[in-house]
Amino acid sequence: MGIPMSIDIRDGGDHRAAVSEAFAIVHEADAIFSPYLPESELSRLNRSELTLETVSGLFTEAHELASRFAAASGGVFSLRNAAGEWDLNGLVKGWAAQRAADRLKALGLANFCLNAGGDVVAAGSIEPGKAWNVGIRSPQAPQQMMAVLALSDLAVATSATYERGEHIIDGRTGRPARGFSSVSVIAPELTTADVLATTVFAMGVDGPHWAAERYPCSVLAQTENGTLVEAGDLRRWLAPAE
Amino acid sequence: MNRKWRGTALFLAIFVVMGATFGLKLYLGSMHSPLATSLAAAPVSPTATAKPGGGSPSPVPSAAATTSGPGAAATTITGDTESTPYGNVQVSVRFSGRKITNVTVLQVPDSGNYDQQVAQVVPPTLLQEVLSSQSATVNTVSGGTYTSNGYLQSVQSAIDKLP
Repeated sequence: MGIPMSIDIRDGGDHRAAVSEAFAIVHEADAIFSPYLPESELSRLNRSELTLETVSGLFTEAHELASRFAAASGGVFSLRNAAGEWDLNGLVKGWAAQRAADRLKALGLANFCLNAGGDVVAAGSIEPGKAWNVGIRSPQAPQQMMAVLALSDLAVATSATYERGEHIIDGRTGRPARGFSSVSVIAPELTTADVLATTVFAMGVDGPHWAAERYPCSVLAQTENGTLVEAGDLRRWLAPAE
Repeated sequence: MNRKWRGTALFLAIFVVMGATFGLKLYLGSMHSPLATSLAAAPVSPTATAKPGGGSPSPVPSAAATTSGPGAAATTITGDTESTPYGNVQVSVRFSGRKITNVTVLQVPDSGNYDQQVAQVVPPTLLQEVLSSQSATVNTVSGGTYTSNGYLQSVQSAIDKLP
């Protein structure tokens, strides 16, 4: 299963080598964590060919991060899917994309926008003095934006029901989460933004304030009946009208 | 005399209600149009695109990375129409030699009148700020991948048709 990923770089120079490294990081994560690849570490762990003691360092890192979010959310964020198998998809996309963005920064890039399947790292600015404008897709009309954020050195992730149906499961009940049609979380880095978007969605009405009280983040959510909900410093990140 | 006054008052009341309704429609209508046009005109960045995951290497990044020789022939190829749960997506891709120079969106799913629904239930201040943010030019999009998958597939089909 693939996700589209794009990197828009505004620093001068030839950055093809840096982009290749960034894509390699995401491919590497896919090879380790994909539930669709029979030889991924995750698949082998699920077949008991590996244990948490024999997996790679990268797997351990992602597993520890996910465990921390699972504990903090009282089990709403889960490391296992409805069938009881290991499933780190709720963390890996954002985590891998953030690692790719970190690599670009380590290679000297400061102004770029990385979008991995709708998870966005907005680094620096699109042009001097101008933040990256990130549209939040409307869950009702996918080519329309429900809001536009102006972000600089921030990340945003969105969980919504338009994508692959009701795929967000409340880890406490094992049932599809209800209450929200879309949840976007803005945070300094994408791992937190991505996990919190999933967790807040699964948690339902209490989610946005739960997240904003515990993490440096802002939330824009829309309930199933269309009401908008905000938490944290959301309005600070809404793009000014043009 | 009394009856005439009542008639005048009734006429005025109807006039005010109709005026307000019409004014509101105009106001809401004017808020939608900039959004629709800015999205339709949103530039597509062909910087570097690839599909992580899956076994086979994706031809998308390689095509995007290919450099064109001087004086390469320009061609425009229309991609297949890809259906998504929200409607059809179709693009046309302009090539200079084997390098993508532009992607034009020919079809995207129809819009609903979603923000009118929201307008009825949201506290006015947050709604107002959210609605006014919609007029900003969009550089990238956070959210689902159904239509972006359709987009990618249509781009891919145009690349595949390149002679």
